[in-house]
Amino acid sequence: MVEYPDQTLLRFRDDEPHDEPAVTLDSFIGQSNAAAVRLEAGDDARALLPQIDQLALIEVSFPGYRDGRGYSSARILREAGYTGELRAQGDVLVDQIPLMRRCGFDSFAPQAPIDIDVLRASLERYDTPYQKAADGAVPVWKLRHG
Amino acid sequence: MYKYDEYDQAIVDQRVDEFRDQVRRRLSGELTEDQFKPLRLMNGLYLQLHAYMLRVAVPYGTLDGRQMRMLGHIARKYDRGYGHFTTRQNIQFNWIQLDQTPDILQELATVEMHAIQTSGNCIRNISSDQFAGAAADEVADPRPWAELIRQWSTFHPEFTYLPRKFKICVIAADEDRAAMRLHDIGIGLHVRDGELGAKIFVGGGMGRTPMISHEIRDFVPADDLMSYLEACLRVYNRYGRRDNIYKARIKILLHEIGPDEYRRQVEEEFAAVKGLGLDPPRAELERITSHFGAPAFDTDAGTDIDRSDPDFAVWLDQNVRPHKQDGYAIVTISLKPVGGIPGDASADQIDLMADLAERYSFDELRVTHAQNIVLPHVHRRNLHNLWTALNEAGLAEANLDLISDIIACPGLDYCSLANARSIPLAQKIATRFGSLDRQRDLGELKLKISGCINACGHHHAGHIGILGVDKKGTENYQLSLGGSGAEDVSLAKITGPGFSEDGVVDAIERVTDRYLQVRDPGERFLDTYRRVGFETFKEAIYG
Amino acid sequence: MKLLTGNDLPTGDVVWWTGNGWSRHIEDAADVGVAGEAILQAEEGARRVNVPYLIEATQTDEGPRPAHIKDRIRALGPTMRPDLTLKPADPNAGSWVI
Repeated sequence: MVEYPDQTLLRFRDDEPHDEPAVTLDSFIGQSNAAAVRLEAGDDARALLPQIDQLALIEVSFPGYRDGRGYSSARILREAGYTGELRAQGDVLVDQIPLMRRCGFDSFAPQAPIDIDVLRASLERYDTPYQKAADGAVPVWKLRHG
Repeated sequence: MYKYDEYDQAIVDQRVDEFRDQVRRRLSGELTEDQFKPLRLMNGLYLQLHAYMLRVAVPYGTLDGRQMRMLGHIARKYDRGYGHFTTRQNIQFNWIQLDQTPDILQELATVEMHAIQTSGNCIRNISSDQFAGAAADEVADPRPWAELIRQWSTFHPEFTYLPRKFKICVIAADEDRAAMRLHDIGIGLHVRDGELGAKIFVGGGMGRTPMISHEIRDFVPADDLMSYLEACLRVYNRYGRRDNIYKARIKILLHEIGPDEYRRQVEEEFAAVKGLGLDPPRAELERITSHFGAPAFDTDAGTDIDRSDPDFAVWLDQNVRPHKQDGYAIVTISLKPVGGIPGDASADQIDLMADLAERYSFDELRVTHAQNIVLPHVHRRNLHNLWTALNEAGLAEANLDLISDIIACPGLDYCSLANARSIPLAQKIATRFGSLDRQRDLGELKLKISGCINACGHHHAGHIGILGVDKKGTENYQLSLGGSGAEDVSLAKITGPGFSEDGVVDAIERVTDRYLQVRDPGERFLDTYRRVGFETFKEAIYG
Repeated sequence: MKLLTGNDLPTGDVVWWTGNGWSRHIEDAADVGVAGEAILQAEEGARRVNVPYLIEATQTDEGPRPAHIKDRIRALGPTMRPDLTLKPADPNAGSWVI
């Protein structure tokens, strides 16, 4: 985990953050050369798939922590093979980050500061998940049956 | 029944650790109540009128004596000596302190129990048939499938912040004893070409807009079940309404886009996720199934039962049902003593039921959605001894499925959402019809009371349903008729203007009097209602 | 009169603002009058009491009586279990609620 000094961005990637501003889905579909796009919670992530290879950053907005649509957007993108940066932005709470990591997010721009010690403990807490998701963690059933 | 292995145990232990840390952060002020609320709800902890309430999961309603005894221990040590069994086959403790909940969860974890996902906008405890593994009419034991789904849904990373709560039910018999069609997803197991698979119904539910589910797919084989459920939930997570909490359940999505369009979207999503390896191998279902093998039944069917004690004989006829194994019976322990609190059991009663399960029912108990307890495997020769022990503890009320076997939510005596009290009304109704002869003459009559529109008391599914409302600061009760949560599922219809507490008891009596006047031989109340129609009863109520 | 009430954070107990602190007994509750909103804000900030809120009540010989049945039940306890209420010795305490 790389932390940035102002704690507005937490990244779980080794590459340099992409600094081009993200465009909206509508403008992305209209212009073909952007490498960063922002998905609103209600946007259809599948609309990005035809041009997914040119993207280096997809930012998914969480307008409120109760709005879980972005979790599905993340999984759809990872299931389609997207390997660029996938950032959760907005009302992202520390207790949600482990779930978001499992859905494929590898970067977080929470609107309120995150307690890094709490986050570290949360990320290390569970040894094995029950279900397969987008993070490559080996599910319990796989460990049981090889 | 299912036993944890090291992985299951680790997950539950780690959950206790996580919640302890969340409680610590709340008590220190690091978390606001608004931030803490979804976290505590995800662990079944509510703030009710008088205290915190903790809802402990009883997966598919099955537990053993050791677990039951732990519930008695929790009631004694952390609560006020009792617990309340719920329509979701769980148990609630009404007088919990926040600062003690981590310790309670730690104690529960020692007997493979938890409060995970007993509230919150996530996949809740999986419910099932309380006669599973004992019923003669089942094609298979549904619980291995329910356990498979329990594991898949536990901390599901994508489906923990759904638009609204999500309830799944699995049954495997023609008779629906679990209100399967009134769940967000109902699964009916059946055999096709020699293979067991799942028929999937989606979009049922009660609440303020009750709906019966739609069949979405006739057959999903075990190998595809998780992928298919992922697809069902993903469509809901993406497109379920989030602008209005009262329209956020999946039933509204199905209502708005139609079952055909929902099915089309699910099939499309299913096609996308099917190849991702989300499904455990068949060996995992087999491993779980091996935990649910039949107990070592005594094949000696024994002799006839001595029915000379009339109280015992009535209980036999009312609360004891046939078992698939010769010589055995399924016993329902009524938690509805006339004038008592529906679903409540004292710590001593909980301990006794644990003892009796160990002695007479292969160490197994079930919680029913009608808020009773089942001992699923009792040899007929032990029935009299069992009844004697229950009778001494006030647990031998012979009223299963009769008018005093009332489902009632906690209502305004406990619940912060309620508009009217449910329990005192249930007590009045049961007392009015008190005589068992009178109740048995009325026959099967399912009466269900909810203290508010959220319908925790399943009033929409009551042959007679009652909804408590707030009428300018006083309690008022709406009467409805003709609902059913069984395989003949239907939604009850409101009769007309509401009543005071005493007024609704009188109105119910007018309904049952009319039923006695017009019924044909052998007809249940619901049959008569369906034959003669709503107006006959409405006229009896309002004149 | 106006009362300020909520549930104690660690225990969940129903509590009433007395003028200089919180009590489990509604008899101790003080009329907060127009200061209610300010006290509520201050107490919410102090985070000892969960979701404090203001209610209407009338002063009676037996003490303050909340206008709404929900708060009368909160002040007493579950009506069908007198033994669990704050007045366990009075089997008719439940009638105060109605």
